[in-house]
Amino acid sequence: MTSWLDALIQGVLLGGLYALFAAGLSLMFGVMRLVNLAHGDLIVLAAFVILFLAAKLGLDPFVAVLVALPIVFVAGFALQYVLLNRTLGRDLLPPLLVTFGLSIIIENGLLQLFSADSQRLRSGAIETASIPLGGGIAIGVVPLLTLLSAIAVIVLLNLIFYRTPIGRAFRATSDDLEVAQLMGIDHKRIFAIAMGLGFVVTTIAALYLGLRANFDPTIGPARLLYAFEAVIIGGLGSFWGTLAGGIVLGLAQTIGARIDPEWQILAGHLAFLVVLVIKPRGLFPRAQD
Amino acid sequence: MHPLLETRQLKAFYGDFQALFGIDMTLDAGETVAIIGANGAGKSTFLKAIAGLIHGEADNVLLDGTPIGARSASDIVRLGVALVPEGRRLFPSLTVEENLLIGDYGCKVPGPWTLDRVYALFPVLRERRHSATPALSGGQQQMVAIGRALMSNPRVLLCDEISLGLAPIIIAGIYAGLPQIKAEGTSVVLVEQDIVQAMKVADRVYCFQEGRLSLTGRPRDLTREQIHRAYFGA
Ligand SMILES: Nc1ncnc2c1ncn2[C@@H]1O[C@H](COP(=O)(O)OP(=O)(O)OP(=O)(O)O)[C@@H](O)[C@H]1O
Ligand SMILES: [Mg+2]
Repeated sequence: MTSWLDALIQGVLLGGLYALFAAGLSLMFGVMRLVNLAHGDLIVLAAFVILFLAAKLGLDPFVAVLVALPIVFVAGFALQYVLLNRTLGRDLLPPLLVTFGLSIIIENGLLQLFSADSQRLRSGAIETASIPLGGGIAIGVVPLLTLLSAIAVIVLLNLIFYRTPIGRAFRATSDDLEVAQLMGIDHKRIFAIAMGLGFVVTTIAALYLGLRANFDPTIGPARLLYAFEAVIIGGLGSFWGTLAGGIVLGLAQTIGARIDPEWQILAGHLAFLVVLVIKPRGLFPRAQD
Repeated sequence: MHPLLETRQLKAFYGDFQALFGIDMTLDAGETVAIIGANGAGKSTFLKAIAGLIHGEADNVLLDGTPIGARSASDIVRLGVALVPEGRRLFPSLTVEENLLIGDYGCKVPGPWTLDRVYALFPVLRERRHSATPALSGGQQQMVAIGRALMSNPRVLLCDEISLGLAPIIIAGIYAGLPQIKAEGTSVVLVEQDIVQAMKVADRVYCFQEGRLSLTGRPRDLTREQIHRAYFGA
């Protein structure tokens, strides 16, 4: 019994990590209908950026990530403005091809620079700290921080999207690109800001990726898959849905692993398929799509 | 003295298909001009070309004598030309009030039109301010579309078929707002299928036929036969 309760708790906490993976993807798709196949590799790249800054500047990863955020915002802005904006249009293929290419470039670039060795973000005692809940169940501080960060990111994204002028511009541009231009909205700039924001969220996800487990340059595509599944389970266009999607995926994997350790990943994919069969548009689809 | 807005030999293409074959039009400050013509005559294309949604040669469109024909749509609204697009095209994921607020996103020029002023023009919108726009009636949606364009405090307001699909009493309600808009010094180009309505409010009328100008003049100088011929061809 405790073992199942423990699985539920750990599953929800793992879901926080997947929600962080997925939030950036959800944002990029939500604003510019971009299916970013490089998303997983961007998470890994951001983890290496944090690792590099932490090592070079002698910082704790939690501080290094704060240094990284403005840098990655500018990088995301530039990537969208210079490259990805050119690929967006009526044809769906160019952005897929370009982000797929980007994924390959990032992975191989990281292999060249950092080798295939496993890396880890080191933050001292907090990594192994846990809070006992009694009955033999304990929750790790880092997994708890992951979930809380995921919730904070989702709340912030909702505030930006639904309470600020730039958020109105994001939604308007996503609704009707042509009419958005009639409002004086420079959609290329709006897309670039959205990508910068997406990179910021991605880098927060990378912090917890690197604190919770080893990473190396090749693990990106699997993270993309989890992020993608979480977004689809939650329903396109809703950040709270993305959080729910991450948690469903985390729960399925953790419970699957309790049944048989080999079933962890498979159970996640099965949950994804089951949700798609029952609710093809995800758990919380946006009303008017 | 330049006219406020002028098109010179304005042409427009959709790929290989030519929709406009050299349109000359002038709009003076404070004037209201109506554009009439049958379906497919090129009226919407004309407004889209002025608003920058279809690109052309720089000096095909002049605002205050300055060539703007090659500017982007988001530049042109900043220069003071706003379009109420055909079919309203409200943003479905924005509320009524958000649709109005987005209207001045790119150009916060001071002017008579504010949120309060738009609500004063169309009071029903204040009651529905937090509604999603798909929940509004057609007439209310049209009011939002007009209010959204006014929020940028344009010097020129381009309106594409604001009476489309609406009952006569609703159309009258919307047109009742026009004098207030004109009173603020805004010049208006109206595309209108409803000829009677167009003749009533316009200082001058241009009739399009298959991408060409077939007739132009003051409403009182034009006869029914002239209009009929210009509209449908000989
Ligand atoms: N996006 C487009 N692609 C190709 N052709 C188009 C496009 N939009 C309009 N056309 C064509 O251009 C011509 C002019 O169309 P336009 O919409 O300007 O006419 P209109 O006078 O506004 O008609 P309506 O009264 O039906 O609104 C038509 O022959 C139309 O088929
Ligand atoms: Mg039309």
